[in-house]
Amino acid sequence: MRKFETVEAVAAPIEMANADTDQIIPARFLWRSRADGYGHLLFNDLRTDADGKQKPDFVLNRPEYAGAAILVADRNFGCGSSREQAVWTLDNAGVRVVIAPSFGDIFYNNCLKNGLLPVVLPEARCAELRAALARNPGAKLVADLEAQTVTGPIGVNDGYGTDDFTIPPFRRELMLAGLDDIGFTLAQADKIAGFERGFGEALPWL
Amino acid sequence: MGAPKTMFDKIWDRHTIMTRPDGATLLHVARHLVHDGSRAGFKQMVDTGLSLRHPERTFGTADHYVSTASHDIAAIAEPQRRAMVEAVAENAQTHGFAYFGLGDRRQGIVHIIGPEQGITQPGLLMVCGDSHTSTHGALGALAFGIGSSEVTHVLATQTLWQMRPKAMRVTVDGALGAGVTPKDVILAIIAHIGASGGVGHVIEYAGEVFRAMSVEGRMTVCNMSIEAGARAGMVAPDAATYAYMKGRPYAPQGAMWDQAMGYWTSLPSDAAAAFDLEVAMRGEDIAPMVTWGTSPQDGSPITGTVPDPEAADTAERREGMRAALAYMGLQAGTRLADIAVDRVFIGSCTNSRIEDLRAAAAVVRGRQAVVTAWVVPGSGLVKAQAEAEGLDSVFREAGLEWREPGCSMCVAMNGDVVAPGERCASTSNRNFVGRQGRGARTHLLSPAMAAAAAVTGRLTDVRALMAGAV
Ligand code: SF4
Repeated sequence: MRKFETVEAVAAPIEMANADTDQIIPARFLWRSRADGYGHLLFNDLRTDADGKQKPDFVLNRPEYAGAAILVADRNFGCGSSREQAVWTLDNAGVRVVIAPSFGDIFYNNCLKNGLLPVVLPEARCAELRAALARNPGAKLVADLEAQTVTGPIGVNDGYGTDDFTIPPFRRELMLAGLDDIGFTLAQADKIAGFERGFGEALPWL
Repeated sequence: MGAPKTMFDKIWDRHTIMTRPDGATLLHVARHLVHDGSRAGFKQMVDTGLSLRHPERTFGTADHYVSTASHDIAAIAEPQRRAMVEAVAENAQTHGFAYFGLGDRRQGIVHIIGPEQGITQPGLLMVCGDSHTSTHGALGALAFGIGSSEVTHVLATQTLWQMRPKAMRVTVDGALGAGVTPKDVILAIIAHIGASGGVGHVIEYAGEVFRAMSVEGRMTVCNMSIEAGARAGMVAPDAATYAYMKGRPYAPQGAMWDQAMGYWTSLPSDAAAAFDLEVAMRGEDIAPMVTWGTSPQDGSPITGTVPDPEAADTAERREGMRAALAYMGLQAGTRLADIAVDRVFIGSCTNSRIEDLRAAAAVVRGRQAVVTAWVVPGSGLVKAQAEAEGLDSVFREAGLEWREPGCSMCVAMNGDVVAPGERCASTSNRNFVGRQGRGARTHLLSPAMAAAAAVTGRLTDVRALMAGAV
């Protein structure tokens, strides 16, 4: 997993409650391997028309938001299917941070497993940030995982603030160190083996 | 005796290997289900030099990418889709786990075959790289979907790190009216609590309505817990559960059965157990439901009309509803029962079990479908059972298509797509934009309601149809 370093980047507002993973990456692309690349398919059916032409009014197609590495979204972002390709797609498109009032539970875990930072901020603050970013296209936010803060929008006098957030401490340590949890788990081999013995005795019919 | 516990607490604690001071918990996975979308999870395991820790706790099938026209592998025309199905078969062979593949009568949608085979059992922590793993909670298991990296972790260690979710209880007392089915109950619950109403929670469904519901019906309800945002859904095991379990291939037998019963009967939530969130509804208040929008929360009784976005409380909701109605091609105020459909899909892990097919067959028997309608059984065994009961003939005579088991038009990954702009009455679980194909318009409903739509060509109150009033 890539080490999470502080991100200072253009942030784009995604005005859609319950943005499900079918919107982030439609099911018909899921047979692709990760190495095939997914980034160009981010929000494919919102971003392009039926002939595959880019829709100029879609927020991520606007030149001011080019290179957006932070998305500010709405409630229940990433709900729906468990497809980890939704996170691969965001990651491959250069997104490092998604800020929302809440996330689909599986999507949230998938983010943490891939070094993509999911930040939960209050609903009103997310709405305020989206509005400020819409009024000031191209404005930047700063996401600092060490300090667990989001700051901005910077450079514009509109909606500025510093917001605290938290993610599970175990995940924070792993993300800052760029480590996968599987190594940590494998180091618990004795505990796991001991548990399995007891479990096998308690539920011998399995 | 310790503090009173919920059923969720009991199963979580039973599977806890260790808890870090920060709350991260290492859980043992009693049973792991894999499917033809799990290729990346296996690849990552092999690439990192790891191997499958417990082949005997791993079970696989092919469902998402299989053709429902024929189960000959050659019927999957596109090489990429065929490769997904071939990969799970190869992984089963290489890593040595039980596999119910094409050509095996036990093949089917992963969430249909788990319970059917007795792999799913009360009190087990089960996972699968698919969000509708919540289905298995109908038997009193704690079952939830995971992502691909988590699949790799489970394959290699038979464990998973999780933060403890909160416990929620949805109690529905009273009784359901005639023509009101488990699908209507869950659509009504989601309409009530919203698509994010259960985020961060495991829902236990309690009350008279679920006690009186068949085990298969409970599966329909638990299946769509994820559409309410919940991590999992569960129903306490009872006599109906044990009767369902008895004699299934992977269920315990003889003395082991008695020992298992000792554990299973200890599972129901203690009377004094506290839930973080409680919701109560009445069975009598639930009518046959259909969705009109692009979120599963957009459900209304079939007797209603398409709601008016201008009447929504917030600007955000107004915008969302406008966009949904534009996508769905609907006008506010239109009677739901006046909406014409282009096709009907009866299938998916929500509604493709034998009881679902019986309910649909009872409606179409002696009538004629006026639009294209597919029936896709959930497994080879469901298909065989339906054929033994003559349901396939009922469907065929009524002009519906009887197909091979798979996920099919629920997600359209195998090429079974709804055309752009086409309107589909579907027994599946998601009406998201583009879910059944780009531009496809989905109305979620029960198998009986879908069957009614097939014979009238529009969304129809099945109660009125059966009473001869339509
Ligand atoms: S039937 Fe649909 S929801 Fe169920 S597992 Fe298959 S694709 Fe997923």
